Amino acid sequence: MTNKMSPMKKTLLYAFLFVGVIVSVFPFYWMFVGATNPSGEIFKVPPNFLPGTHGWENFVNLNENVGILRVIGNSLVITLTFTALSALICTAAGYAFAKFQFKGRNQIFFMLLVAIMIPYHVTLIPLFEIFANVNWLNTFQAVILPQIAYPFAIFLMRQNMQAIPDSLLEAARVDGAGEFHIFFRIVMPVMRPALAAVAIFLFMFQWNNFIWPLVVLQSQDMYTLPVALSSLVGMSRIDYGQVMMGTTLSTLPIMIFFLLLQKQFISGILGGSVKE
Amino acid sequence: MSQSQSNVSGSQVKAKEKRQRKRWITPKTVPYLFILPAVTFFLIFTVYPVISSLLLSFQTREGSGYVFSGLDNYIRLFQDGLFYKALGNTFLILIIQVPIQLFLAVIIAVALNSQFVKMKSFFRVAFFMPAITALVASSIIFMIMLDENYGLVNYLLSLVGIEPVAWLTDPFWAKVALMVAITWRWTGYNMVIFLAGLQNIPGSLYEAAEMDGASKVRQFFYITLPQLKPIFLFTFVLSTIGTLQLFDEPYILTEGGPNNSTLTITLYLYENGFRYFDFGYASAIAYVLVLIIGVLSWAQMKVAGEDK
Repeated sequence: MTNKMSPMKKTLLYAFLFVGVIVSVFPFYWMFVGATNPSGEIFKVPPNFLPGTHGWENFVNLNENVGILRVIGNSLVITLTFTALSALICTAAGYAFAKFQFKGRNQIFFMLLVAIMIPYHVTLIPLFEIFANVNWLNTFQAVILPQIAYPFAIFLMRQNMQAIPDSLLEAARVDGAGEFHIFFRIVMPVMRPALAAVAIFLFMFQWNNFIWPLVVLQSQDMYTLPVALSSLVGMSRIDYGQVMMGTTLSTLPIMIFFLLLQKQFISGILGGSVKE
Repeated sequence: MSQSQSNVSGSQVKAKEKRQRKRWITPKTVPYLFILPAVTFFLIFTVYPVISSLLLSFQTREGSGYVFSGLDNYIRLFQDGLFYKALGNTFLILIIQVPIQLFLAVIIAVALNSQFVKMKSFFRVAFFMPAITALVASSIIFMIMLDENYGLVNYLLSLVGIEPVAWLTDPFWAKVALMVAITWRWTGYNMVIFLAGLQNIPGSLYEAAEMDGASKVRQFFYITLPQLKPIFLFTFVLSTIGTLQLFDEPYILTEGGPNNSTLTITLYLYENGFRYFDFGYASAIAYVLVLIIGVLSWAQMKVAGEDK
């Protein structure tokens, strides 16, 4: 196209976009400033706009206060276990729904689709009762298990699996490959990009998961990051340097991954609704 | 010699085992094995709770157990002022915040999609950044920035001569603060969806309009918006469902206060379920939520379907 835009309009366009960028990114900067300054510095008038040198002290205090190292460990163990198990289970199911004809297939799949629309808050109370009955309140498995068969992840994997040519699977069967061999050695490797997106989706869901861990985790040594952060805010005297250090520790790893793997991240978080 | 014999017989046994295993792992049975873990977990942790919750909504606690009490919970719900307040707050946010957020998302997407903008991927990443933060973390940051006495926002307002705003302690401004935090978190997310939609609009449509002498503004209203309609529907349904389930932000930012002005449906459900342990009543709230989401989603699909 040969259109031109007046410099004036162009400047306005860029000004608009840059204001948007500042609004989007500034809160992160403010979080770093808060995390590296003593509590009082963020609340000075006029406030201190520069990162300070108090980060280590904030971290040490935070660790004494809520055992943040242990909390980060809890979050990592829960999230990684959940992501690996859920990705495997959902991929297997998606493969079956996409590549096999079997009795009840459409009915079961329809049930999963309906479940996508149901808010998961409905299940909170019976889930709490289930885990109370088997004495699993305040355990990692109580946080990990309920969402492992994630209907949306199954749906996504099924959509992606449909692109695998049947001839590829048939050829492997003719060569005498077992069904599990085909799944692990042929289907999984071919599906790597889709698997990455789904894994990021599941990881982000569990890393940020709040209401269910809040309900089911009862002691500080079992808390995940969001639950520990919310407990900090609930204290009578809030040390904001510590709180900001906590939010930084929960955000920074994700942010680094995001900057490294932008495309996979965006399509993962959007759940594959955007095709690149 | 004997060694090689035993080797032969060993491999024969293995082959036999393999054949036996193969007999029941066939392309006919194997799909059931593949869905078995997912279906099992789904039945235990989704289907059973959904049904159990429905039954629970018709029961009240008596002593240590629950007894059937008909529609008591629902009748109580329809006479409960706080429930109406939660419902009203949630819908107010839905009606005001969701359109603002989608409008902003479209405008930014259109601006970014302009052929004159360079560094597109930089902008896309920057705008998407808020969508990677935990809701708890972003709510905490806003809580600190919006502090009435020492918060950054009030400081910046004071520079242009505006009196401090009681963001988190005034019933009106607390709602505004909540909407600001939600808008910050979700606008970029929706923007990226719109951007993808814009890139799928065939360029020939604009070229034809250009030749007919249609202005940019006319092109926006007569080509861009109609072409984006499915994306609007998609983001609108997503935002509606998300808003109806709003929990993390009000829990952290305002705890539903002041004076219940930011109490949402899920927050009220949580309080009844896990602060007062009134499981029957909380389940009734949950089912009203399911009903509302069902009806609204159905209506939105229907409206969109009929226009086509």
